Amino acid sequence: MAEDAGDSIMSCNTGFVYSNDFTTYRFKDDHPFNQMRVVLAKELLEATGILEEKHKITPRLATEEELALAHSKPYIQAVKKAGQGLLSEEEGLEYGIGTEDTPMFKGMHEASQLLVGSTLSAIDAVLEGRVEHALNLGGGLHHGFERKASGFCIYNDGAVGIKYIREKYNYKVLYVDTDAHHGDGVQWAFYDDPNVCTFSIHETGRYLFPGTGNVNERGLKEGYGYSFNLPIDAFTEDESFIDIYESAFREIADYFKPDVIVTQNGADAHFLDPLTHLCSTMNIYEHIPKVAHELAHQYCNGKWIALGGGGYDIWRVVPRAWAQIWSVMTEGEPLTGNLPEKWLEKWQEESPVSLPSTWNDPADAYKPIPRKAEITEKNNKLLEKALQLIHNQKKFNS
Amino acid sequence: MLVEEMMKEKVITLSSEDTIETALKLLHEYHIRHIPIIDKQSHVIGIVSDRDVRDASPSIFEKDAVPDELQNPISTIMTSPVTTVHPLDFVEEVASIFYEQEIACVPVTRNDKLVGIITEKDMLYTLIQLTGTHVQSSQIEVKVVNKPGILPQVTQVFGKRKVNISSVLIYPYKPDPKYKIIVVRIQTMNPLPTIEDLKNEGYEVLWPKMPGIPS
Repeated sequence: MAEDAGDSIMSCNTGFVYSNDFTTYRFKDDHPFNQMRVVLAKELLEATGILEEKHKITPRLATEEELALAHSKPYIQAVKKAGQGLLSEEEGLEYGIGTEDTPMFKGMHEASQLLVGSTLSAIDAVLEGRVEHALNLGGGLHHGFERKASGFCIYNDGAVGIKYIREKYNYKVLYVDTDAHHGDGVQWAFYDDPNVCTFSIHETGRYLFPGTGNVNERGLKEGYGYSFNLPIDAFTEDESFIDIYESAFREIADYFKPDVIVTQNGADAHFLDPLTHLCSTMNIYEHIPKVAHELAHQYCNGKWIALGGGGYDIWRVVPRAWAQIWSVMTEGEPLTGNLPEKWLEKWQEESPVSLPSTWNDPADAYKPIPRKAEITEKNNKLLEKALQLIHNQKKFNS
Repeated sequence: MLVEEMMKEKVITLSSEDTIETALKLLHEYHIRHIPIIDKQSHVIGIVSDRDVRDASPSIFEKDAVPDELQNPISTIMTSPVTTVHPLDFVEEVASIFYEQEIACVPVTRNDKLVGIITEKDMLYTLIQLTGTHVQSSQIEVKVVNKPGILPQVTQVFGKRKVNISSVLIYPYKPDPKYKIIVVRIQTMNPLPTIEDLKNEGYEVLWPKMPGIPS
């Protein structure tokens, strides 16, 4: 199946949502969330020649009504006031605004409105049939809550986007979150909804923010059985990550039979990422979109919207990781070999670290992990637990 | 935390004349495992667990047995006297009672009248609240010398960074009693600056450290 599909889905009709204004979403100079990543990824793709003007979609702003699909009105008002410098510190804290993670900044409402709008533009392009897949690297802010900013996220474009799909098209949505942090905001927004299935693979919350995303968080009421979590061990490496991600994704897609797939492609599970403790290399970023691509064609007639997300090594990791999503989306295969000279020359000057010269990471990129076998075994147990309901159902029905 | 803050006030009870069959039905209907037995003045005169009731029920292997046993009054199988606690007792005391007496439920009485109940499950719920794992946070573990005044010194580092602490736990450091581990859950996705500050102040941060892996 995989091989057949791979041959037939080469060169898909795809859209790339982009605006130079994505970088207006900036908390402060030394804040780890930096949308320069999107510029770097876009230019890397342009330099390779696979991203052209004809692919580009100019994003619209989300309306306040659309934001209210997933956010409370008082919260939206508070964000607006904060962006005009009119919100007191105390008022802000009630909404998680003005903390170290999500400080206030001038124009924060408009900047966040654009990120949500860009995800809606991606959704429109796919669901109106203009393209089969769309990529919006400006989105994927999965920690935003109904009435609270958190974890670098103000408005939750994924949650707003999925509500928008539900209202406008009544499609069944499968949300797949491969950010190293749990996709909590989106999970809680659809926790009791059986038409939205959320699947998040992330580093265990024992140490890492936000702490949730346990394997037993399976949904509530009618939504029970439509929330999947794989909280993998710190120091998990490529093979184990890819193995359980792919197994889970295939089984969940087969069980849920989605009409459209939305992926959140945070790029912070890499061993170089400063905020997390997973130990993957570029291999997972080739594999993650490949599985999503194949399953989108198998179940959804190709309908796939991919979003950005976390990713805090903005020089060495994120541009390559995100460029691979586009490559798989549009060419069917990831890029290999050397990075384009032109891009390296331009950005090495700006980068505080030495940029990698190839798409893949070298085999000995990090020190071997001494407890690899144990970690792999734990992750396999986890996979079994996460898919227990599906397996029970299969046994019961057969 | 006080017992009155964590107890359930709605208590399913029986009187001593009620039958074992009634108890069995209540256990199933409300998904509970303990029923206090009270008199007309609401004094707790006994308690039954699901195990007491099951022991008194006919065996599932005796298919045609007439379950006469189930018509016996509950007083014939209840445990008495009953260990109770007061609304102003502490959660720690309830934990000790559960541990020492190997029981999983205590009725709460004020002026000898039943006002609430605490079970193992309420206890675990409270424990989760105390650890702070139910709210968004990152966890940092700091190894410190076990001496007076160390905790405020450590927490000051967090205060300077303006990061909100959602919980603090102090664990013994098993290999050497001269040290303790302070476990802090903080409400931030980016604990790196705080960890840097702690290291600069000379503290050892054990953050997710596994045997054989340098932090």
